[in-house]
Amino acid sequence: MSYDKAAEERLSELVSAFICHASGHLPDDVRKRLSEMAEVENEGFAPEIYNVMKKNMEMADKLGRPSCQDTGIPQFFARVGTKFPFLDEIEPALIDAVKKATERAPLRHNAVEVFDEYNTGNNIGHKVPWIDWELVQDSDQLELYFYMAGGGCSLPGMAKVLMPLEGYEGIAKAVFDQMTTYGVNACPPCLVGIGIAGSAEVAAKLSKKALLRPVGSHNENPKAAQMEKDFEEGLNSIGLGPGGFGGKLSVMGVNIEQAARHPATLAMGLSTACWAHRRAGIRISPDFTYDFFTHKGVTL
Amino acid sequence: MSTFYFTTPVSDEDIRKVHIGDVIYLTGDITTGRDDVHIRVVNGGKDSPVDLKGKAIFHAGPIMKKISAEGEPDKYKVISVGPTTSMRMEKAEAEFLKATGTKIIIGKGGMGPKTTQGCVDNCAIHTIFPGGCAVVAAEECVDVEGVEWLDLGMPEAMWKLKAENFGPLIVSIDSYGNNLIENNKVEFQSKKEAALEGLKGKLDFMH
Ligand code: SF4
Repeated sequence: MSYDKAAEERLSELVSAFICHASGHLPDDVRKRLSEMAEVENEGFAPEIYNVMKKNMEMADKLGRPSCQDTGIPQFFARVGTKFPFLDEIEPALIDAVKKATERAPLRHNAVEVFDEYNTGNNIGHKVPWIDWELVQDSDQLELYFYMAGGGCSLPGMAKVLMPLEGYEGIAKAVFDQMTTYGVNACPPCLVGIGIAGSAEVAAKLSKKALLRPVGSHNENPKAAQMEKDFEEGLNSIGLGPGGFGGKLSVMGVNIEQAARHPATLAMGLSTACWAHRRAGIRISPDFTYDFFTHKGVTL
Repeated sequence: MSTFYFTTPVSDEDIRKVHIGDVIYLTGDITTGRDDVHIRVVNGGKDSPVDLKGKAIFHAGPIMKKISAEGEPDKYKVISVGPTTSMRMEKAEAEFLKATGTKIIIGKGGMGPKTTQGCVDNCAIHTIFPGGCAVVAAEECVDVEGVEWLDLGMPEAMWKLKAENFGPLIVSIDSYGNNLIENNKVEFQSKKEAALEGLKGKLDFMH
């Protein structure tokens, strides 16, 4: 089949609207968790900070603006049905959508070319937008996640390969160390994403994928789910509070994803999402109807 | 914890009234400047093109929009402006205060011992605007007076903003050498040790 320019155009218009909406509106699960946390945080600076956060979300919505000035490096995580009819058109459409959204939202210019060290001025750069691909068999849908990787919330990111004797406690130590240092500056309350695998790059990637899972969801493995709860409780007992000014809680949650490891390695990766966790997910059908499942009831 | 309403230029006397944990709402001149501005002034030895005496420097890389028509003098509007991580400026901030006479630093997260000493030496303070609240901050900036060093790019340039009751600005370093965030960090560290202790025995999946 020949290249379908019209399909590329329809896809890029849809995805551009999807990006613009995501830049100004946090997903339903994040908004719900933040208001639950605000209820609990009734001492010190916390209530005032939650008030400003709430006002910010309302004003971003009313004025149709990006809710945070750091609109991040644009990242896509695509789960592509092998029967989706426009496979060739997806990548050009995504790149074009970022270009359009950069002007329309508007998004801050955040793509700085490495080595040549200049800002490209339109959020398009070498391998940016970053696109992660997964194939889904027997599906004709394109499931697309978009994530704005801000500077402050990317800074705590890390991956490291532990020796098995350091155990899962070694993972706890690395995560808790990072969250009480870099994490304080990452606009808490954060969602914490942890990947566990056999090598650093797999663990790192899984830690970012963990952030795409809804706040409050749990790993299917009961031991992993328990570890998510234990980490969340442990981090909350430190009381970073909103903005890191202290409070009763620290994090929106802890999500863990895993891949089988090598007998001789225990690799861990950490990614954090700030309270302005701009993740958006959409499922697109071959006729371009869609389900914007992270932001229910929104028409693009 | 007290609340202050200040207008720029801010005097030493005003700065002396303020202690860590106090909250300020600031009216007047706020200029953005982050990594590159600090590098130019401190490492490059260039004079700041904006008079910052008694005024505020804002660690922020905003989204600005040109609202003037073709042929008219440039006029901009703030779309979104919020604090960036102040610690990135730690190396240069003390010298920046000395070189420019800036009285109030606005940013996100704490700053270190060099800046704390710089605040003591130059009778200045560091304050924190809640991170990620960039639309609120943008709406508190009622006018854009101009821009300098635009060659650095939109986020890095010095945007001269006119603010009205800009805040809440939580004072994190005062002119007496107190540092709120450093104090918090000590507390977080000790609670962290207790939290890790509490996880012992819960993570023994290998045996
Ligand atoms: S950490 Fe998040 S909320 Fe904070 S400034 Fe960066 S992108 Fe915005």
